[in-house]
Amino acid sequence: MNEHKHPNYMAIFWILLTVTVLEVGYSVLFAKAPKPILIGGLVGLAAFKALLVALYFMHLKFERKSLGIIVASTLILGAILVSVGIGEHVLPRP
Amino acid sequence: MTDHATAHDHALEPPSATGIPHDKLGMWVFLCSEVMFFTGLIGAYIVLRFASPSWPHPGNTLNIWLTALNTFILICSSVTMVKALESVRNADLRKLKLFLSMTLLLGAIFLSIQFYEYRHLLHAGFNPHVSLFGSVFYTTTGFHGFHVFCGVVCMAFVTGKAFLGKYTPAHHQGVETIGLYWHFVDLVWIILFTIIYLF
Repeated sequence: MNEHKHPNYMAIFWILLTVTVLEVGYSVLFAKAPKPILIGGLVGLAAFKALLVALYFMHLKFERKSLGIIVASTLILGAILVSVGIGEHVLPRP
Repeated sequence: MTDHATAHDHALEPPSATGIPHDKLGMWVFLCSEVMFFTGLIGAYIVLRFASPSWPHPGNTLNIWLTALNTFILICSSVTMVKALESVRNADLRKLKLFLSMTLLLGAIFLSIQFYEYRHLLHAGFNPHVSLFGSVFYTTTGFHGFHVFCGVVCMAFVTGKAFLGKYTPAHHQGVETIGLYWHFVDLVWIILFTIIYLF
């Protein structure tokens, strides 16, 4: 068994719940705000929640580094995939 | 992340070259392929959305509060799942069965609410072919729903095995493996809820 101290799962749950409520509130309050503020804030909150789930519920924080490298390399490839798609529209066409 | 996570839960299985149990590593590799699958869908959504001259506000079509409730249910199911794993590690098999059953029930409730949402939207005329937003909405949430459905089926299998007394503190990799999948499905929903429903 992986010998690590078990995180406080209920504390993580309450954080996730609070951030979800914050997200919905943020989307209502900043509905008319400029898109970068709306999208940046919401993506930041969602990324924070996703990170908590991966690190504590999926125990990635307590796993071997090799597993972390496998997951990180996938995220890098995913980021490249999305960046290329966005770049298609952001960069000027020849 | 610890470097010295040496021993693992599989006392009965031969050690793997990586030090990670084979089924757990297999699930992680599978989840990595799933990351790329959902990244493709999310990437397509982002490209289509920003290439469109106009995009409807999701709140005008979708029921944000109902989906927020569904998000809450899926987060609860992740907690019950991780508590099930903790229970079997602590040799509390009664709680293992309880938490697995709760996870199964919460997964089924999530799917039921999604089915209700689809039914309501389709009755209101919001079809996959009505707009680009409709296509993207049904494609991404539909594929996610299919993943939840597969998770519920597997969870039913694991819960059945738990009731048959197949898991012990020394041998419970099945619980951990389905747990990884379940948390991943929750993680993907966290992203989808934000980008599909809240922007």
